[in-house]
Amino acid sequence: MILKYLIEKEFKQFLRNSFMPRIALMFPTVIILVFPWVATMDVSNINVSIVDRDVSTMSRRLSDKIAGSSYFNLTEYTDNYKQALDDVEKGKSDIIVEIPQHFERDINTIQHAAIQISSNGVNALKGSIGSGYLQNIAADFNADLGTKQGVTVSTPFSVNIQDRYNPTLNFKLFMIPALMTMIIIMLCGLLPALNIVSEKEIGTIEQINVTPVNKAAFILSKLIPYWLMGFIILTICFILAALVYGYTPKGSFLTIYAIAILFVLVMSGIGLIISNYAGTMQQSLFMMFFFMMIFMLMSGLFTDVRSMPDWAQDIAFFNPPRYFIDTMRSVFLKGGNMMDNSHNFIMLFAFAIMTNAWAMLSYRKQV
Amino acid sequence: MKTLLSLIIKEFKLIFRDRWTIMILIGMPIVQIALFGFAITTEIRNINFAVLAPQHNETVRKLVERIDANTYFTFVGYIDQTKDIDQAFRKEKADVVLAFKSDVGQQEASSNGIQLQIVTDASNPNTAKTESMYLMGIMKDYFSKANIGAAGVTSSVRILYNPQLKSTYNFVPGIMGLLLLLICAMMTSIAIVREKEVGTMELLLVSPTRPIFVILAKMAPYLTLSIINYITILVLSVFVLQIPIVGSLFWLSVISIIYVFLALAIGLFISTVMSTQVSAMIVSMATLLFPTILLSGMIYPLENSPVILQYVSCIFPGRWYISAVRKIMIEGLPLHYVLTEINVLILMSVIMITLSLKNFKHRLE
Amino acid sequence: MLCGLSKPTGGKASVAGFDIARQSEKVKQHIGYMSQKFSLYEDLKVKENIRLYAGIYGLSEKQIKEKGERLMHRLNIYDEQNTLVKQLPLGWKQKLAFSIAIIHTPDIVFLDEPTGGVDPLARRQFWELIYEATERGITAFVTTHYMDEAGYCDRISMMVDGKISALGTPKELKENFNANSIDEVFRTLARGAQRGE
Repeated sequence: MILKYLIEKEFKQFLRNSFMPRIALMFPTVIILVFPWVATMDVSNINVSIVDRDVSTMSRRLSDKIAGSSYFNLTEYTDNYKQALDDVEKGKSDIIVEIPQHFERDINTIQHAAIQISSNGVNALKGSIGSGYLQNIAADFNADLGTKQGVTVSTPFSVNIQDRYNPTLNFKLFMIPALMTMIIIMLCGLLPALNIVSEKEIGTIEQINVTPVNKAAFILSKLIPYWLMGFIILTICFILAALVYGYTPKGSFLTIYAIAILFVLVMSGIGLIISNYAGTMQQSLFMMFFFMMIFMLMSGLFTDVRSMPDWAQDIAFFNPPRYFIDTMRSVFLKGGNMMDNSHNFIMLFAFAIMTNAWAMLSYRKQV
Repeated sequence: MKTLLSLIIKEFKLIFRDRWTIMILIGMPIVQIALFGFAITTEIRNINFAVLAPQHNETVRKLVERIDANTYFTFVGYIDQTKDIDQAFRKEKADVVLAFKSDVGQQEASSNGIQLQIVTDASNPNTAKTESMYLMGIMKDYFSKANIGAAGVTSSVRILYNPQLKSTYNFVPGIMGLLLLLICAMMTSIAIVREKEVGTMELLLVSPTRPIFVILAKMAPYLTLSIINYITILVLSVFVLQIPIVGSLFWLSVISIIYVFLALAIGLFISTVMSTQVSAMIVSMATLLFPTILLSGMIYPLENSPVILQYVSCIFPGRWYISAVRKIMIEGLPLHYVLTEINVLILMSVIMITLSLKNFKHRLE
Repeated sequence: MLCGLSKPTGGKASVAGFDIARQSEKVKQHIGYMSQKFSLYEDLKVKENIRLYAGIYGLSEKQIKEKGERLMHRLNIYDEQNTLVKQLPLGWKQKLAFSIAIIHTPDIVFLDEPTGGVDPLARRQFWELIYEATERGITAFVTTHYMDEAGYCDRISMMVDGKISALGTPKELKENFNANSIDEVFRTLARGAQRGE
C-alpha cells in the first residue's frame, strides 16, 4: 500500500521535470534513427587509386579488372604516386595499387611481376579487407593469364557464396538489436541509481528513513517506474525499427521480453550496488562511467568478443550485456529461440541473483 | 589573488580526499589505452568452420586440412544435411560452412571443375565478408598450387601510417578528445551544479569572494587532472603502444590547451543552464560524450556515416580536436593543415565564454 | 539514533515503548521527525507532499483528504496547495514540514533544530504549532541552540561533552543553578566543558 504512494511520487517528480520525459522520448529516437547510421563499419565502398607506371595492355587489363570488381570504386588512375598518396591523405582514397614499370615485359619474359598494395591503415578493417580482395583479384588475373596463354595454371573450380540471415550484408541489421541494450543500461541501471544518490545528497532520504517505509518498498518504488519505462521505450524501439527499417525479429517477442526481464534485473542490481557505495552524484557518475565503458566496449556491441585476446575474453565472460546482445542478435537475425540461447539465459539468471543479493547485503538504511 | 589561491587549495583538498574519484580519474586513460590498444580489434580471427560433404573423398579431406592449417580457421566438424547448417549457426557452433555437392568425384574429372558453396552466418556482415574472402584466397591458392608452381602476378601489401594494422592510430586521438572533454566539461558542470542543488552556492555567492573566483577554483583541480591525463596518454601511447608523435609536440599541446579551455567554458555554460546534477549529467552525456565517442572515429570511421551526420558532427568540438590531433600526431602534417580546426575551436571558445558569462551574471541578479 | 537512523553500539533505550536496538521499525511507526535540513520534496506540490507522507504512514484515502485540508487551512496555505514546495518561503516550509511530521498523530515527534534560519515572527508561529500538538497529546522532543526556545519546554536536558549534565523543568533548572534565565544555566554549564565549543 505504501508502495502506491511512493510510486505515485516518483511519477509526479519525473513528469514535473520538464527535462526528463523529453530525454526519455528522444533516447529511442536517437538510438534507432541516428546510431545505426553512425555505428557502421560498412566496408563495401573501398576507394582505390591505381598508380600505373607501365601503361601497357596488360597493366590496363589488371586495372580494369580491379575497377570492374564490385568491391572497389576507382578514384584515381595515374602514373604519379605522390598524387595517389595525396588522395589517401585527404581521405578520398583507401588503397593504392602500384603497377611497376616493365610489368608487361616481365610477365612475358620471366613469367613474373610484382605489384605493390598500400592501404591506409587508419581504417584497419577497410585496409585489410581491401588488400585481401586485391590479392584475390590478382589470383584471378593469373588464372586468366594462364588460360589465355593456353596453360592451365589452376584446377577450375567455382564458388557460390550464400550469406545467410543477412543476404544484403546490411550492417544496420546487425547493430540495431544490439543498440537497444543501451536503453536498458541507461533507463534501468543508471537513472534509478542516480535518482537514489540524489535523494541521499539532498537529504530527503533521511526523512523517508525515519518513516515506517521499509528498504524493499523504497527501492522498489525507485525501480518500478524505470522498469516500466524501460519496457515501454524498448517497445517503441521495436515499432520504430519496424516502421523505419522494416526490420522485425525473425524469432518471437516472447524470447526477447524474457531475456529483457532478466537483463533489466541485472542492470538495476548493478545500479543499486553503485548507489549503495556512492555518497555523491559525482562518485556514482565515475563508477558508472567506468562500468559503461567496460559494458559497451567488451560486450561485442562494437567489436567481436571472439577476436579479443584471451585475457580480454575472460573479462568479457563477466560482462552481462554481452549475453543480452548475443540473444537479441540471435532472435532478430536468425530467429533463435530460448533453447538456442539457453546459455545466455542461464548466465543472465546467475548474474541477476548475484547482483541483487549483493545490492541487498550492501544496502543500509541505518548508517 | 590570495582568496582565489585559498579557494583553489580547498577544492584540491576536497577532490583528493575522495580516493575513488582520483583513482578512476587517473586510471581511466590507462584502462582505455589497454582496452583499445589490446582488447578491441576489428581484425577477425577464431573463425569456426564446418563442412557439408556428402562424400568425404581425398579432395575434400585435403582442402579441409589446408583450411584448418590457416591460423584464422578452426575446423569444427562435418555436417550431414543441408538443414543442419541452420542449427549449427543458431547454436553458434559454426560461423561459416563450406558445402560440397554429392558428386564431388565426377565434378573433379569434368572440365567445369568442382562446384562449391560458401554459406556464411552473415549476422555480422563484416565477419561474413572476411570469412568468404579468406576462404576464397585459400582455395585459389590451393587449386593453383595443386597443378604447377606459382607464376604471374604476385603482390606485396604495405600499410600506410599504421604498419601494425592495429586500430591504435584511430583511438589515441579519440581517447584524448573524450577524456579531456569529459573531465573538464562534464565534471566541472556537475561540480558547480552540485553546489546549487545542495544549496551551498548561495552561501558562496553572498560571501565576499567574487563569484568568478568560486568558479575558477572549482575548475582548477579538473584542469590539473586533465593535464595529468594528457601526459599519461601521450607517454602510454609512445612507450607502450609505440606510436611515435610524428608531428610537433609543441603545437599538439597548444591545440590541447585551446580544447581544454573550450571544454571548461562548455562546463560552465551547462552549469548555468541546468539546475540538477542528473540533468547536467544527461545533457553532458547527450551533447558531449556520445557524439565524441561515435563521431570521433574511435570505433567507427567518420567517413562511413551519412553526409548529413558528418555535417552535424561539425558542431561538436571533439570532432575538430580529434581531427587536428590525428593530423599532427599521427600523420605528422605541418601546422597549416590544421588551421581550420584551430580557428573553429577558438571561435567555439569565444562563443561559449560569452554565452556563459552572460548567463552567469543574469543568474546572479 | 533514537529515530532509528543509526544503530546503537551498546546500552539500552526505548522510544514510545519500543526498544530502539531491536524494534527500530516499530519505533518509526510511532514517531515523527523533522530535521534541521529542510527535507520535504521541493519538486512536489504542497498537496502532493502531504499526500505522500500521509500515505506512507498508512492513512486511508479519506483521512488523507480530510487531514490534508484541515492542515492547509490551519497553516493558511490552502490557496497555495498547488504551489511547488520550493517556491514557498522558508518559514512556511518549516511549518509545513512540522505539520506533515505529525500528520499521523505520533506519540512523539523529534525536532532537530527546527527553527534555524527562520525570522522571529515565524519562529513564534512555529512554537504555537508545537504547543497545539502537545495539547493533542503528542510529545515534542526538540533540540535547539536558542536558549529562549528551550525555556518554552516543559522539561530541559542540557548536554555537555556528550553527557546529560542537567535535567528538569525550566523552573527547577533555574533554582538548581541559581540563575535568572535558562541562558545563564547554560553558560554556567558550558564553562565546565572540555571542548571549546
